Amino acid sequence: MAGQLTPILGLATVLAALLVPGGASAQEALRSFGPDTATTRLVLRTTTDIAVFAPTIDAFLAARPDLAVDYQQWGSNGLYALTAEECAAGTPGADIVISSGVHQLVKLVNDRCAAPWASVQTASLPAERQWRDEIWGLTREPAVIVYNRELVPAEDVPRTRFNLLDLLRPEGSAYAGRVATYDIEASGLGFLFAFMDSQEASTFGALMEAFARSGAIATCCSAEIIDGVSRGQYLIAYNVLGSYAQAAALTDPRLGIVEPQDYTLILSRAAILPGQTARPEAGALLDFLLSAAGQAAMAAQSLTVIDPGEAEGEGIARPIPLSPALLVAMDRARAARFIARWRAIFAD
Amino acid sequence: MTERRTSLSLGARLTLGIAALLLVGGLVMAVATLAYGRAAAREAFDRLLVGAANDIAASVSVEGGRVSVDLPVSAFELLALAPDDRIAYQVRDIDGTVLTGYDTLPQPPNAADPFYDASFAGEEARFIRVSRRFAERAVSGTVDIIVGQTIRARRELAYEITRNALAGLAIGGVAMIVLALIAVRSALRPLDSLAEALAARDPQDLTPLDPRVPRDIAPMVDAMNGFMGRLDRQFDAMRNLISDTAHQLRTPVAALRAQADLALHDTDAERRDRIVARIHQRSVSLGRLLDQMLSRAMVVHRIDSVRREAVDLRDIALDVIETGDHAMIAPGAEVRLQIGEDPIIVQADALSLREAFRNLFTNALHHGQAPVTIGADLHAGTAHLWVRDSGPGPTPEVVAELGQRFLRSAASAGRTSGLGLAIAQAVAEAFGGKVDMAPTPEGFRVALVLPVSTRSM
Repeated sequence: MAGQLTPILGLATVLAALLVPGGASAQEALRSFGPDTATTRLVLRTTTDIAVFAPTIDAFLAARPDLAVDYQQWGSNGLYALTAEECAAGTPGADIVISSGVHQLVKLVNDRCAAPWASVQTASLPAERQWRDEIWGLTREPAVIVYNRELVPAEDVPRTRFNLLDLLRPEGSAYAGRVATYDIEASGLGFLFAFMDSQEASTFGALMEAFARSGAIATCCSAEIIDGVSRGQYLIAYNVLGSYAQAAALTDPRLGIVEPQDYTLILSRAAILPGQTARPEAGALLDFLLSAAGQAAMAAQSLTVIDPGEAEGEGIARPIPLSPALLVAMDRARAARFIARWRAIFAD
Repeated sequence: MTERRTSLSLGARLTLGIAALLLVGGLVMAVATLAYGRAAAREAFDRLLVGAANDIAASVSVEGGRVSVDLPVSAFELLALAPDDRIAYQVRDIDGTVLTGYDTLPQPPNAADPFYDASFAGEEARFIRVSRRFAERAVSGTVDIIVGQTIRARRELAYEITRNALAGLAIGGVAMIVLALIAVRSALRPLDSLAEALAARDPQDLTPLDPRVPRDIAPMVDAMNGFMGRLDRQFDAMRNLISDTAHQLRTPVAALRAQADLALHDTDAERRDRIVARIHQRSVSLGRLLDQMLSRAMVVHRIDSVRREAVDLRDIALDVIETGDHAMIAPGAEVRLQIGEDPIIVQADALSLREAFRNLFTNALHHGQAPVTIGADLHAGTAHLWVRDSGPGPTPEVVAELGQRFLRSAASAGRTSGLGLAIAQAVAEAFGGKVDMAPTPEGFRVALVLPVSTRSM
């Protein structure tokens, strides 16, 4: 069976490489948690910054002194490519993979790269945050607009995408060239947000056009974008992952955060257990992350919003469901078409 | 009390029968509903497949001289209605190269049926192939779209349909058993009330039971009533026998005793011999009386208890002559037999008839004048078994009295013609006939008149 799947996954790998310029996608950071003497070691691969996730891992290991976790931080595209490659070879290298590129994980599940796991915790998840007992949504993270409080006057702060459009419309707008968003070719998460935007509303076309006209900047990675806004390099950043922005804003008063009031995409960072059978320790980590304690630990790092705000309650929130419909985002023809359009906009 | 060996109750039998029926029916229904559930689930989810495939086919277009696909999310959302199933898809260009989707998917086994079953990612899956034909300047040919989906949701739906159907069936089954129990109880209630009525009866009460019962148990009640009627008659017969015996024996026994007393105190030998001779004569007479009473009791008993059979009256007449009683009763009297060639058949009990007729014959020998003739013949559609003596017969007054159960005068005189006639009458009536007495030119004739049997021997 693996033999039959190999070409499919091989193709997926090629596709992933295609989405990442130069194919350069290596492990970004590595850290080990837990005692060196631990009898069992878990390999965790994730797109989540080590610093953000570390307290949660520590909380998990506190109750499991026999366990150690080898934490590998990856970019979403690189993580997908590696996991797909290992799946095709039948040699999963990680025990648990947590990624914000949930469409990539859905594709892995559809390609039989993830093991099932069922527990009280997984059973209590709502339907849109799990699929087939093989992928689970751990968090609730809004896609937000981040702005620089010092440089953007209060009346200019965009509450909706229409506000953003209005800011960019005038000739010689102060915001021309000062708006940033994810480079969807470099960031799986950026691609997903843009893809969901394209389905959500007609504003997407107008926004792309405005970005193109005003010379908006597409760049990689949440941390860089937030840092750019904070330093004043960018005035406004669109579709930034709210959890990282929130964490940065805690220590940086210059950062302002807006959840768009026309609609707010809600990402649920997802986990899979690669391979054909799950390791019980990996399942235990998953169960911990879904438990009240795990959720609280992640909420303390702004990784998730346990209690959605009132703004999300009124039909504004657009959770990205973990469903096979996300396979469309992974369709090569569709992705190629989407990226071609994107390139046309952001080509200088 | 006899040993009580009851078999399974009717209620239990019916309940077992219905339960077995339901069990077998339930199994058949389970198989049928599973098949139906599968078919229904297949049809329902095949429609999703068709919808999705058509959706994707509609998104195929020719752009800049090339076939291009803009995969619609709606197609996948449609397929995602089967919440836990993997999706496989493939769009192939007119030259067969894969435009998008999975590079290797199972291909349809034959062109006729767009649907086919195959496996995908290690699971059973259902596929559809849809073709879209292009006839453009640059592109002319067929684009194939294959969409597949694993079958978890189908299975679940099939099981759900089956489960629901079986749940309904189970409820229905329980309801049927309960209703059947109620029906059985109500159907058996007449039997219960019959039993209660019987139990509450006075032991002496042999009157018939109320015959207003359901048709099914009417034969039982009829049989019971018939049985009680026979019992009643036998009780009567027994009572009669006892009282007759008491009445009829008292006088002769008293006379015997008186004469025995005389003989005891008489010193004259010649007179004593005479007395002893009288005692002897009385004893013989008493013996005959006893015989007749026993015979009557037996006849009455047999009339009720013995099955009717075809009897030829000529045989009875022959039997009576051949036993040779007349030689003892009336030595020297001439006896003639008058019977024809054809059998004279009645439905009766031969023994009872013989007994009755012997009584009439004996009466004729005793009271009539020789020669005595006996015979059997047919008269106006009735069978006659008759005896005729050559005398004038008794006076009309006596004839009118005859046939009473007992005649004290006759009994006290040690004669038993009344009793014999009573037996004959009882027998004749039991077999639907009567005793006919009439003087004729040849003499006095007494006949048992019985209906002719239409059944042959």
